[in-house]
This record gives sequence, C-alpha cells and structure tokens, in this order.
Amino acid sequence: MLIPTIDSIADNRRRRARRRNLVIAFLLALLAATIALTLSLGQSFTPPHDVIRVLLGQDVPGASFTVGQLRLPRAVLAVLAGLSFGLGGVAFQIMLRNPLASPDIIGISSGASAAAVFAIVVLSLNGPIVSVFAVIAGLGIALLVYGLSFRNGVAGTRLILVGIGVSAMLESFIAYILVRAPAWNLQEAMRWLTGSVNGAQLHQALPLLLALTVFGGLLLIRARDLEALRLGDDTASALGVRVARTRIMVMIAAVGMIASATAVTGPIAFVAFLSGPIAARIVGNNGSLLIPSALIGAVLVLAGDYCGQFLLSHRYPVGVVTGALGAPYLIFLIIRVNRTGGSL
Amino acid sequence: MTAESIASAGRTSFSGKSNRIRTLWLALLIVALAALCALSIGVGTREVAWTDILAALGGQVDSIGQAAVSVRVPRTLLALVAGAALGLAGALMQGVTRNPLADPGILGVNMGASLAVVVAVAWFGIASSHAYIWTAILGAGCSAVFVYIIGSLGRGGTTPLKLALAGAATSVAFSSLVIAVVLPRNDIAGGIRAWQIGGVGGATFERISHVLPFLAVGFAISLLSARKLNSLALGDELAAGLGERVAVARAVAAFGAILLCGATTAICGPIGFVGLIVPHLCRLLIGVDHRWLLPFSALSGACLLLIADIVGRIMARPAELDVGIVTALIGAPFFIWIVRRQRVREL
Repeated sequence: MLIPTIDSIADNRRRRARRRNLVIAFLLALLAATIALTLSLGQSFTPPHDVIRVLLGQDVPGASFTVGQLRLPRAVLAVLAGLSFGLGGVAFQIMLRNPLASPDIIGISSGASAAAVFAIVVLSLNGPIVSVFAVIAGLGIALLVYGLSFRNGVAGTRLILVGIGVSAMLESFIAYILVRAPAWNLQEAMRWLTGSVNGAQLHQALPLLLALTVFGGLLLIRARDLEALRLGDDTASALGVRVARTRIMVMIAAVGMIASATAVTGPIAFVAFLSGPIAARIVGNNGSLLIPSALIGAVLVLAGDYCGQFLLSHRYPVGVVTGALGAPYLIFLIIRVNRTGGSL
Repeated sequence: MTAESIASAGRTSFSGKSNRIRTLWLALLIVALAALCALSIGVGTREVAWTDILAALGGQVDSIGQAAVSVRVPRTLLALVAGAALGLAGALMQGVTRNPLADPGILGVNMGASLAVVVAVAWFGIASSHAYIWTAILGAGCSAVFVYIIGSLGRGGTTPLKLALAGAATSVAFSSLVIAVVLPRNDIAGGIRAWQIGGVGGATFERISHVLPFLAVGFAISLLSARKLNSLALGDELAAGLGERVAVARAVAAFGAILLCGATTAICGPIGFVGLIVPHLCRLLIGVDHRWLLPFSALSGACLLLIADIVGRIMARPAELDVGIVTALIGAPFFIWIVRRQRVREL
C-alpha cells in the first residue's frame, strides 16, 4: 500500500475541488437553461430577444404581459423557493446524518404551513408578517421534535418517528382550519397541503430573497463546521468544532429558510428531501453538498412547475409533481437504509 | 424482547388480573358504550328535544329535528362498527408483528387501501360499494405485505422501529400519490376528498349492510386466532415448540386484520391511530392475554371512535370535524409517547 505523500494529498484535493466546481458549473448552466425555457416557452412562444428586452425593462407589446407579469414572477419565486428548500433540507440531513431527517418529513414544513394557514385564515393577515409567523412556528416545531426525541442523546430513528407523529398532528390541524374556513377554494387549500407557485407576484419574492441571503449566508459561513458534524459529534469536537453551537446555528438558519419559503409557496412536497441525496449522487465524495443541493432544489421546483403547467394532460401545482417524484424515491431510500444502514 | 414478554406475561398472570376484575371492566365498558351511543344520537350540530329524539327513533321524520336524529342513527352505528373493527385490527397487528407501534394507519395499510380506491375511481370508474370494498381490501393487503417486506430487510430482521419507519414513510409516499391522482379530477375531487379525510358522516344503513359480511368474517377470524397470538407472544421458537405453525398462524391473523381495516377504509376513509391507542390502554386494564384483549380492543375502539365523532360534531359547530382529524389530534401525541418510551437501537 502506498503511503500518501503531501503532494499526492494536495493533488487529490485539487482534483476533488475541480470535480465539485465542474458539477456546480453544470448545475448553474442547467438552471439557466431551465429559466430561459420557462421564460420563453409557455402557452405561446416568445422569441429570446423579446424576453431579454422585457427583462431590460423595455415595453414589448404582448410579451411584456406574458413574460413580465406571468412568467417572470413565477420563475423568480420558484427559483428562490427551490434554493431555500434545497439548502435547508440538505443542512438538516447533514446535521442529523440521516437523509430521512429532512424538514418535510419531520414536521418542520407542516409546522410552518400550519402557522401560515392560521395567520392567513384565522387572523386575516397577509404579507411579510405571515413569514414571521411561519419562521417562529417552524423553529418552535424543530425544538419540540428535537426535545421530544431527546433521551440520552438523539437517536435518528426516534427523531424521525417523533417528527412523523408531530406532522400527522399538524396536518390534521391544517385540515381543521381549512374545514372551518368559509368558501375556501380547492386550489388555494392545495397550496397549503402540497405547495404551488400559482398566482405568483414579484413583491412576494422580497421576504424570500431576504431570508435566503441572511440565513443562507449564515449557513454557508458555517459550512466547514457542518461538514465536520458528518464525522460524528466526538470527532467534530476533537477537530475544534463547537458542536452544540453549530447545531443551533444550522437549525435556525435552515428552519428560517424553509419556513419563509413555505409561507409564500406552501410546503412544496419533498424538494427539501430530494435535493440532498441527488446532490450526493452527483457530487460524490468531493466536498460540501450545500451549494449543489440548493441548485438542484431550484431546478426541481422550476422544472416541476413547468411539467405541471404544460407537459401533463392537466394543470398540476408543482407540489403534486415533486410529490409524485419523491414518493417512490422515499420508498427506495427506506429500502436502502434498512438494507445497509447507510447514510446520505 | 422475548424474555421481556415472557416475564411480563408471567407477572400479569401471577399478580392477578383476575377474571373478576376483567368481567367488571367488561361490564363498565359495555355501559360506557351504551351511554356513548345515546349521547351520539342525542348530541349534534343541532339541538333536538328529547320528545323529538324518541319520535325519530320510532320512525317519524316530520320535523327538522327528527330528520337530523334519523341521520344520526346510521352514523352512530357506523362509528360503532368501524371503531370496533379498527381497534381489533390494531390489536391483531400488534400481536402478529409483536410491535407496540403497529396500527393500520401507521403501517400504511389504510393509506394503501385509500390509494387503491382512489386509483380505481379515477382511472377505472368503479362506483358500487362492493367494488369499493374489494379494491380497498386488495390495496390494504398489498401494502401490508409491501411494508412488512421493507421493514424486515437487512440486519436484525423486523425491529419495531424499522417496521414503523417503513410504514410511516410508505404512508407519506402513498398519500402524496393520492393527491397527485385526485387533484386534477375536478369531477371526483369533492367526493374523494371528503372520503379521504376519514369520516362517518355520510353513513346509510345500505352502505353499512354492504360492509357487514366482510367485517363479520374479520371478527370471526380474529377471535379464533386469539389463542395462537398468545403462543406467538412467547417468541417464534417457543411457539413452534408448543406445536404452533407459526407462519400459518401469523398469516391467518394478518388476513383478519387486513379484512377489517380494508373494509372499514372502504366506507369511512383512512382513520388513523385508533388501532394504536386502544390495545395499549386495554393492556393496561386487563393484561396481555389475547383472549380478553381482542374483544376489549373491539369494544374500546367503538367507544373511542364514538367519542371522536361526538367531539368533532361539538368542537366545530356549526360545521363538523371529521373523525379522522380528531383521532389524529388525540392519537399523534400518544404515538410520540410510545416512541419515546421505547428503548431505541439505532437502525
């Protein structure tokens, strides 16, 4: 067996970094292509130069409305929500070292969603204050689930089961409120059950962008510590990571992003859960999953919304498409976890 | 697990959950059930005078109050039957899998039945009650086998947590498929959605009569397998040593459970957590002997579903809250409590 020299280690590192940068570049290109597609091709085709002129703020007859008022807000919202879900989801999965511990399975998305529904239907609020409600509730649920599953340390399985119990309760709470809401239409209700970007408006993107910048930035600054947590708490603290503090920071950041996205688009099913494992598959063992996973989340939401609108026989909200995609994968993952006891 | 269950079985039989205590509880339970039935007929969204209730029970439907009561009667009967079936199914599943977290809802069996019905309605246009029931039972059976296989993969066979995790995840996955199938179909969405939450609201004597034969067979099978479940509780090897054909006993009891919860899901929609709570409470009262536990679970299941239905009618006045929502609100904390109590080994 060869003893690794400093040169070979450095070489290896460079190769891995190059591989990861390649993946990120590829994902960025994919995202850009998807955005271009959704902006130019809908019920009707808008030529690319018209799209660009609209984006530059010029007035183009016809295209200004379809692109500027309909497609652009939708695409912006989808990308921002996708980035938030992808980043928040993978942060949880890495922190708890279990792909099943994603916010949409352990009840954090349902918590944010329940709070948003409560704020909108019962308290008749709207706008950014709803996001604040959702973030607070999401944090509360995260703490509750964590606290309830704590017993001589947190066992992953117990946390997931407790989370599933909590989300069952929250979902019946949502159903309860929706039953009591007068003249509630089905599409609007579906937003809070599966998530959708129907009726997107550009001003809704503002709180989302803000949350993404603040919380996402916090998470990326802490990326190195988060990676160390993957090695186990003991190893991480031996490497000089303050485990408890990192956990709390990561949890606040991830919940903040997930909850603000949920307050605007509803809990788009399984995006937070799917992005991380897909990123792990593509990036392999070549470094941090945070940015690739966020990009994959954005592509998933955008492409899912496009499929839901135009490629299928009916118009589906995006959550239905990602939900139908995520369901078989969830089962596959359970089978794999059971067989190998493996992780992300 | 085996040693523990033997020890606890021994403890209960020695510490004297005597038959007299059990009979006392049985009498109490029957009285409570009768009272709840009366309450369920008397209480509702609309206040009805006693004279009207009595008249309606005699068959009159002249005033609005009497008409309301005449709707409440089949509803009460359905809650009674469905609750008993779900409680019994839960006790059977916990016995078969020797898993304290087993419940038709948590193991994904109800959701499997629900997915099968939704697919059959949306794509194959089934409409008759019988088709509903057969489809639901088929779906329940397939998903039970599926979840059990997933849960038993890998090292260590079926541990309670692995099984519960497999069931819960399958349930989540199926429910998102159900939404995907239902949502675009506006023509069926309303009816299916009401059914999907799980309720006893639209009960009629006719629909109940369709499902009764299936439930009767299920009840018979489960009561016959009580003794076999007692042997299974000792562990597979010991049960085989006692001359029990373990696989057959397990399959028969599981079939009974699937029949019960599939048929119930067909007319009420997926109602979760009843089968989880009830056997646990009954074990506290009367011990682990399945010959007592199964009938007790049936009776208490009926009580629980009646309570949930009554609460749902009172809580959301003037609208109604479906029992499925109420049982989830009561049951989920209970589920968490059991998960917490388990000594967990990591997967």
